[in-house]
Amino acid sequence: MDRRHGAGTLERVLNSSWLRPLIFLVLLTVLWDVTVRVMAIPPYLVPAPKDVALALIDQWDTLLAAAVPTTLATLGGFALSVAFGIPISMLIAGSRTVEAYVYPLLVFSQSIPKVAIAPLFVVWFGFGIVPKVISAFLLGFFPIVVSAVQGFKSVDQEMMDLARSMKASRLQTFRMVSLPHALPAIFAGLKVSITLAVVGAVVGEFVGSNSGIGFVLQRSIGNFELPTMFAALIVLALIGVVLFWIIDVIERLAIPWHASQRHLVVATA
Amino acid sequence: MASSHLKLVGEPPETAQRSPQTLIRVEGVSKTYRTRDGEVPSLQPLTFDIREGEFLVVVGPSGCGKSTLLKMVAGLLPVTTGAIRIEGTEIREPHDDVGIVFQSPVLLAWRSVLRNVMMPVEVRGLPREEYLERAKALLRMTGLEGFANKYPWQLSGGMQQRASLCRALVHDPKILLMDEPFGALDAMTRERMNIELQRIQHETGKTVLLITHSIPEAVFLADRVMVMSERPGTIAATYEVPLPRPRTLDVMGDPVFVKLTQTIRAHFYTQGHLD
Repeated sequence: MDRRHGAGTLERVLNSSWLRPLIFLVLLTVLWDVTVRVMAIPPYLVPAPKDVALALIDQWDTLLAAAVPTTLATLGGFALSVAFGIPISMLIAGSRTVEAYVYPLLVFSQSIPKVAIAPLFVVWFGFGIVPKVISAFLLGFFPIVVSAVQGFKSVDQEMMDLARSMKASRLQTFRMVSLPHALPAIFAGLKVSITLAVVGAVVGEFVGSNSGIGFVLQRSIGNFELPTMFAALIVLALIGVVLFWIIDVIERLAIPWHASQRHLVVATA
Repeated sequence: MASSHLKLVGEPPETAQRSPQTLIRVEGVSKTYRTRDGEVPSLQPLTFDIREGEFLVVVGPSGCGKSTLLKMVAGLLPVTTGAIRIEGTEIREPHDDVGIVFQSPVLLAWRSVLRNVMMPVEVRGLPREEYLERAKALLRMTGLEGFANKYPWQLSGGMQQRASLCRALVHDPKILLMDEPFGALDAMTRERMNIELQRIQHETGKTVLLITHSIPEAVFLADRVMVMSERPGTIAATYEVPLPRPRTLDVMGDPVFVKLTQTIRAHFYTQGHLD
């Protein structure tokens, strides 16, 4: 109740981790607004923040409805990335033969621009959710494989010797040593993957779809409705942020022992 | 059987003093590594015995193959020629009656100290309840009692290495293999660890094979010091250490200790290596 207590609360709010990016965001928005006004940029090139905010409020329901198929396609592609990426990276890390045959091809396949082959999936699978999911999968898959392979392969030789000295079976070694050791790297890959999966879903919606944020983006830019387009971009960014944040929370629960999470353990200990 | 084995503190087993039997026999063991440049000999044929309850320390310069020797005794590395036998059985894979302490603590970061110590019990499928008591007793013996539920990174380097010693001892092996266990510790912690290890070995009567490149450490800990020479490694000499146990740091001032360290050091000087 006293002033010192009030000051303490204020300080805590000022120091909280979510406030600083928020302050920065407000600053950027102000800068945006000032630039548009001072340089007299016409609204059909860059809309003012106010117009975007109005469009966001005005079309919130439509945008939210469009966000659903995009999110579903993202999650579907991400789930496929995990389901295929982790086992494949285990095979690559576990066998030199598999690594020699598969890994170079995998790297090579990544140099094919996904946007270029996305129309192909529309030809094959029509205008439904499938081409979007595949497109999200193709973008989200690779980062998981790369980071998981690196995680599995970076186990110390001494740690493997330790497991061998106890006569641990392959499964035991994997469960007790390799997998927990690889988890931090895997989570790093998952975070990159989920954001790329959003991009993949939107790419899928660009080339052939009649729903989703990608569709809204394309239609609004075709009609020169730039405030709507910017509002759709904001919703898209929100989808990415929320999904990223969910992975982050899961990571905290799954690997509380890791260096990146240690401040939390100390705080709760 | 098991209960007598579980005895932690007390007199060393009588047999160790009365009839020193050979526990580990190394016969004509050599190691040659195959590399792209051809075959690189790492160890020339070695023959020696380790008696039950004995503390044998191998001291030698870097790259003399002493770690290779330990890995072969551990069954982690195949021998090129010869054979290593523990109680008459030839070693082809890791032996159950062996605990290993590595150069670094190799504790699993995602397990608490107690769960790290219990890992061999878990892997080998031994009765958990029975060995949990033993693990706790070991932590007590090494002064880690209050740290059982901490993560390894919350411990100092010396404490981590003590935890890894507990892990090596938890399934009550007869033999303890240690590969430069205190090499990464600062000098003062290292001395303290030497005293503790000396005490633990004296109390438990384990047979220890320890690798080091520190001559004072070797003489302080050992019943017998085996001096190895430069690559490809051979046994340059073997010295009995006639100092009584339990030893304290005062032993380092003892004329026998001083003479012995000088004699061993002379081996490396004549070879032109100080390390």
